[in-house]
Amino acid sequence: MTITKRFWIALIFSLPMLVGMLLMPFGIMLPGGDWTQLLLTTIVMVVSARPFIISAWASFKKHHANMDTLVAIGTATAYFYSLYALLTGQPVFFESAAFVTTFVLLGQVFEERMRQNASSAVEKLVNLQAKEAEVFRDGHFTAIPVSEVALGDLIRVKPGQKIPVDGVITKGTSSVDESMVTGESMPVAKQSGDAVIGATLNNTGTFVFKADKIGQQTLLAQIVALVKKAQNSHAPIQKLTDRVSSIFVPAVLILAIVTFLVWYVFIGASLANALIFAVSVVVIACPCALGLAIPTALMVGTGRGAKLGILIKNGEVLEAVNDVKTVVFDKTGTITVGKPQVTDVVGDERRVLQIAASLEEASEHPLATAILARAQQAQVTPRPVTAFQAVQGKGVTGQLNGQTAIVGNDKLLTDFKLTAEQTAAMERLQNEAKTVVFVGLAQQIIGLIAIQDAPKATSKEALTRLKRRGLKTVMLTGDNQRVAEAVAQQVGIDQVIAGVLPGDKAAAVAQLQQDGQVAFVGDGINDAPALTTADVGIAMGSGTDIAIDSGGIVLVKNDLRDVDTALALSRKTFSRIKLNLFWAFIYNLLGIPIAAGVFFALGLTLSPELAGLAMAFSSLSVVTSSVLLNRAKLDTAGQTA
Amino acid sequence: MIKWIVLFAEVAAIGFILWWFFGQHTTETAQAAVTNQSQSVDIEINGGYSPETVVLKQGIPATLHFTRKDASSCLDHVVFSDFGINQEVPQNQTETIQIDTSKPGEYQWACGMDMFHGKVVIK
Repeated sequence: MTITKRFWIALIFSLPMLVGMLLMPFGIMLPGGDWTQLLLTTIVMVVSARPFIISAWASFKKHHANMDTLVAIGTATAYFYSLYALLTGQPVFFESAAFVTTFVLLGQVFEERMRQNASSAVEKLVNLQAKEAEVFRDGHFTAIPVSEVALGDLIRVKPGQKIPVDGVITKGTSSVDESMVTGESMPVAKQSGDAVIGATLNNTGTFVFKADKIGQQTLLAQIVALVKKAQNSHAPIQKLTDRVSSIFVPAVLILAIVTFLVWYVFIGASLANALIFAVSVVVIACPCALGLAIPTALMVGTGRGAKLGILIKNGEVLEAVNDVKTVVFDKTGTITVGKPQVTDVVGDERRVLQIAASLEEASEHPLATAILARAQQAQVTPRPVTAFQAVQGKGVTGQLNGQTAIVGNDKLLTDFKLTAEQTAAMERLQNEAKTVVFVGLAQQIIGLIAIQDAPKATSKEALTRLKRRGLKTVMLTGDNQRVAEAVAQQVGIDQVIAGVLPGDKAAAVAQLQQDGQVAFVGDGINDAPALTTADVGIAMGSGTDIAIDSGGIVLVKNDLRDVDTALALSRKTFSRIKLNLFWAFIYNLLGIPIAAGVFFALGLTLSPELAGLAMAFSSLSVVTSSVLLNRAKLDTAGQTA
Repeated sequence: MIKWIVLFAEVAAIGFILWWFFGQHTTETAQAAVTNQSQSVDIEINGGYSPETVVLKQGIPATLHFTRKDASSCLDHVVFSDFGINQEVPQNQTETIQIDTSKPGEYQWACGMDMFHGKVVIK
């Protein structure tokens, strides 16, 4: 029988007794008196309370005890004592057993609903998945179930349709609403060669794309797996409740016995009164509120994050965020756009570009890409280079038309001298946050190329928010000090650590950790060691290339402002966990003494029925508080850190 | 006189509670039955889990069959926090959970409220 049915039966058969109780002061008695009470309560006990007793007995045999143990002992004691009292002609309190059962079941009915509510985020994500795909098979497009889509299939998507799996557009253009997966509210324009994400919604155009990730490999499937794991993870704070809940029920039983002893043996209360106090103690104690405090908040918090495109990996991360003092950023691709462009060329432009482009043609370095793009724009064609060689940490060199050519960074300056003009130009460009590349031919620097990687439009705002939160911001970069400081100035960074080789980023993070907990924000692919070293690793994603394995927090959107939102959400969730725990503890700490009659002299006592009501609502209130986390305002501006 | 009897009975009851719940008691352990490159264990949920400890062989795909006999809503979910599994088990039904046995170790499972525990040992 379901809990709901058990509740209704308990309610229906308890109601006459409630009416009887209310009418008693007016001299109206329930017909049949105590015998009617016995009949009604017996039905409630047999139908509604029996499962508690069965469950309590089953766990007792295994040396375990749970909430059912308390409810079963409380109601059974009230019931059997009343039976004895009835037969010996003393006052009975059958209604306590019936009311406690009703209230506890009422609490469980609500609680069950709330718990479903708390865990619904994952289901919503799974339901985003498209059901069908129009796949090109045997010369035409046919609709097949998504599960049958194979890698490399060509899939057509019409306006208003969901994109079934991840892939790359081969034909057509459109704008796609990706908000359900990335949290990005603006539609994204897509054309041939662009990546599309499964489960997002095609808005305007029809296009064909090639499936490159299916099944468990798709971004959505990975997010679902991650969120599921996060929702069921443990927070370190949970050790506290684990310890308490393992001794909770036996401890309460002992307390109840002591209560009875004190009232009956030492104070000399009547057997009935002493029993009522003991039963109240058993009934008011609520281990469930403790057990639910952390998991439900974690579930709602991580679920809400997923909706915003912020994936928080587990409870441990959530707890760590709380103590973060410093946020360290990687520069390229995190604070800046990550697509450097040539802004200035000093010297004979065509000649400088030609040498640089010829040497950099084979390189995949982002700066090389910028130089080649500029060369192409200026219609300069690279020349063949012989004896090509990389100079460790400095640049590249090679033979061009029989002369030694070189392209590299300012570390080359130990081998070459600049003219006064060139030095002035270099300093001016570096102060403008531009990276300067030196081009040399025949032992002489013949020109400079200035390359700039502009900060993202949102970087400044993101950093302002973090500062308002009272956090120190640091930028780590391999660039030289002057360039780094210029960028830092533009976006408002507190400290710059420049000239850090990629392999040394983790060491720099470790250095900063000596002054307190550090969060590192990076792109997840190149920065994996630093992300793991930091107390909280925040990996920025972009589109489908999310490095889900690195970082405790993964931002699906490539927007730096989400760092602040992620911190706000983590803190909110963690403070909700603490609030829940505080409430669950304080409830038991205050409720049990009141129920035991400690404040009897002050006139403060609780009958078993009120104790049952209090217990039903204590666990319900904890779950409700967690569910409300979905609506809680996120303090993203960081006014109160 | 009766109060003395009550006093002794109650003190004895407290002693029994301490011994019964906190004393050392053996828990039920089950070794998985390995058949034809798969292994499975049946676990009954009734006032806790029997068996409470399940031993699995590493590298062989494993399934655990949870059957809930207990009406208590305390036991209506099985949660493996290490694997991200949170499976609802309706009363008097059997739910199958796949366990990834690629890494040896001890993995706890718990009920939805973290009151009852069991563990899988992969070796």
